[in-house]
Amino acid sequence: MSDWFSDLLFWIIFGAILFLLRRQKIFWTVGALALLLLFNQFFTPGFFHIQLLDGHFYGSRIDVLNQGAKVMLLSLGMVLVIATGGVDLSVGAVMAIAAAVSSRLLVTEHQPAGIAIAIALVISVLAGAWNGLLVAGFGIQPIVATLVLMVAGRGVAQLITEGQIINFLDPTMVYLGNGHLFALPFTLTLVVVMLIIALFFVRRTALGLFIESVGDNDEASRYSGINAKQVKFLVYTFSGFCAGLAGLVACSNIKSADANNIGLYLELDAILAVVVGGTSLQGGRFYLIGAVVGGLFIQTLTTTLYARNVSSDISPVPKALVIIAVCLFQSESFRTRLAHFLQPLGRVLKPLSSRFPHHLLTATRHDSPKP
Amino acid sequence: MIRLNPKYIPLLATAVVLLAIFGTGSVLYPNFGTPRVIVNLLNDMAFVGVASVGESFVILSGGIDLSVGSMVAFVGILIAKLLQVGCDPFLAMGIALCIGAVGGAMMGCLIHFFGMPPFLVTLAGLFFLRGLGFVINPESIGIDHPFYGEVLPQLSVLVAPKAVLPFTAMCFLASVIIGTLVAGFTRFGRNVYAIGSNENSARLMGLPIGQTKIAIYALAGFFSALSGVVATFYMQSGNPASFVGLELDAIASVVIGGTLLTGGVGFIPGTLMGVLILGLIQQIIIFNGTLNSWWTKIVIGTLLLIFIVLQKFISRRPAGAT
Repeated sequence: MSDWFSDLLFWIIFGAILFLLRRQKIFWTVGALALLLLFNQFFTPGFFHIQLLDGHFYGSRIDVLNQGAKVMLLSLGMVLVIATGGVDLSVGAVMAIAAAVSSRLLVTEHQPAGIAIAIALVISVLAGAWNGLLVAGFGIQPIVATLVLMVAGRGVAQLITEGQIINFLDPTMVYLGNGHLFALPFTLTLVVVMLIIALFFVRRTALGLFIESVGDNDEASRYSGINAKQVKFLVYTFSGFCAGLAGLVACSNIKSADANNIGLYLELDAILAVVVGGTSLQGGRFYLIGAVVGGLFIQTLTTTLYARNVSSDISPVPKALVIIAVCLFQSESFRTRLAHFLQPLGRVLKPLSSRFPHHLLTATRHDSPKP
Repeated sequence: MIRLNPKYIPLLATAVVLLAIFGTGSVLYPNFGTPRVIVNLLNDMAFVGVASVGESFVILSGGIDLSVGSMVAFVGILIAKLLQVGCDPFLAMGIALCIGAVGGAMMGCLIHFFGMPPFLVTLAGLFFLRGLGFVINPESIGIDHPFYGEVLPQLSVLVAPKAVLPFTAMCFLASVIIGTLVAGFTRFGRNVYAIGSNENSARLMGLPIGQTKIAIYALAGFFSALSGVVATFYMQSGNPASFVGLELDAIASVVIGGTLLTGGVGFIPGTLMGVLILGLIQQIIIFNGTLNSWWTKIVIGTLLLIFIVLQKFISRRPAGAT
């Protein structure tokens, strides 16, 4: 299969997806991803090159899927937390704890990989439950409550690894972040499975509705009989579990647990992924798939910058500009101002403006604004 | 019995913790309570302290500033680079402070005019400034200007036998005094407290919300930049990769210092005590010698938790009483 043919096929599929999503909010996230990929198609040589080696696909786009798994997993938990009007700053530290626990059990205590992974996940769930307890039980602001674990968590992880970087070669652990399934990275399967599980609970049970109502108006949902505390507790616990999985993938990627650096600043990427995915930080309506696509967008941005020889130190600058741009477009007052500014233009291009820019810019959110 | 105003309880708790930690250290280690250790403490914590004063204003207004660490690193490398190309040190510091204030004001504008959450805007600021530092110079630059080598050491004062108060510590104490005066005795300070208590009522009272908010973030940016300047005095170099997570230390100091994270309640001298508690914990761990440095993070996290729960307890009570 020649390269131009596979590229063409890719764009036809991508275009079809975009067309199908044209009326959904997620369209803008996927559209942004498409723009970024289009840029790479023309200006980054080799970005679209893909090859089959030993039955596995290799290429920049596969790298994006593999490396982006951590952020996508985190954003799955984060989007639900943000939907309840909170935020979880501790995910990076929980990742470090999960990595530290699993590799300590594996290497120092000589436990089988299955037990190491299971215990690491249980501890991450406990860490998430701790956040949930502080937020739901004590009623502490989410930023503050999760800050505690963010500060102390890395210290705890250091304590578990005794300040060492633990290396491991256990095949099961290594497979988690480096293995292949169906010719694609195993991490992708992990993300898809987690996404399907989350989607099932959120869209096929009443849980999603509860989460949205708690995020929209805590008091009102409590009066209508929703156990707001339970819902909050649940989402923080789930976020802890996702962070634990991401931590296992992260340490498996580099075959070692470095408590200082695993998941450093990843909480920011996860929050960014959720925001890019169309979920407002005010809480309320949320977009699970949007968050995952947002994670993909961020990883594509990072990989693009690396592929274009931008040093990893400087890459935060364009990232920051993207955050500001995305948030500006989410801001009600910015859109109103821009719409006002674009009105003369809209009148000239009336047929077009009634189709998208004007409509998009003045559209109000479906859910009621926060006071 | 004197009835204590509930708003002073966190401050009192901070003072008790500070004395308890200092007492423990003095009992455990013979030379802990000497003036020399205290002066060293002020010197070591100077840049954290200056940054915490700025952070206090932001938190008092109910916001949060996450860009502190990046700003300090950025200013450090900027000054080092400017001195390397032969710039006058005072001009370099002036430029750095202006950039800090303007950068802070820009973040304030984004927060005020577009209603964006403070923590997201300052997060973007964190990324942006961190990257910008690496754009200026990807490596650490040492400072060997005569002002740093010869003039600065002479600017210290002998406060007690064998205890020299260095210029960095004086900057720290001056920032605390200025911060206390601005917060407690100016119209701007009163507006900050009003916005932090309840932004809507502050607006209904006709207070200038936008102006004050932008000024708060400009002030925080200025103090962060000043902290960067102090850090160059302390480190004698600029490094774009340094001071990662300084904002967490600053926030922790402010909270341990008795300022409510919901805004509206707190005092700048409390922040001074919070910074000293942080420093004392580090000192004790250094004096002990066998404990590892990551214990600092765990102890700070625990203290943070205790104070947050304490705050919750206190802020609930007046509502029930009235």
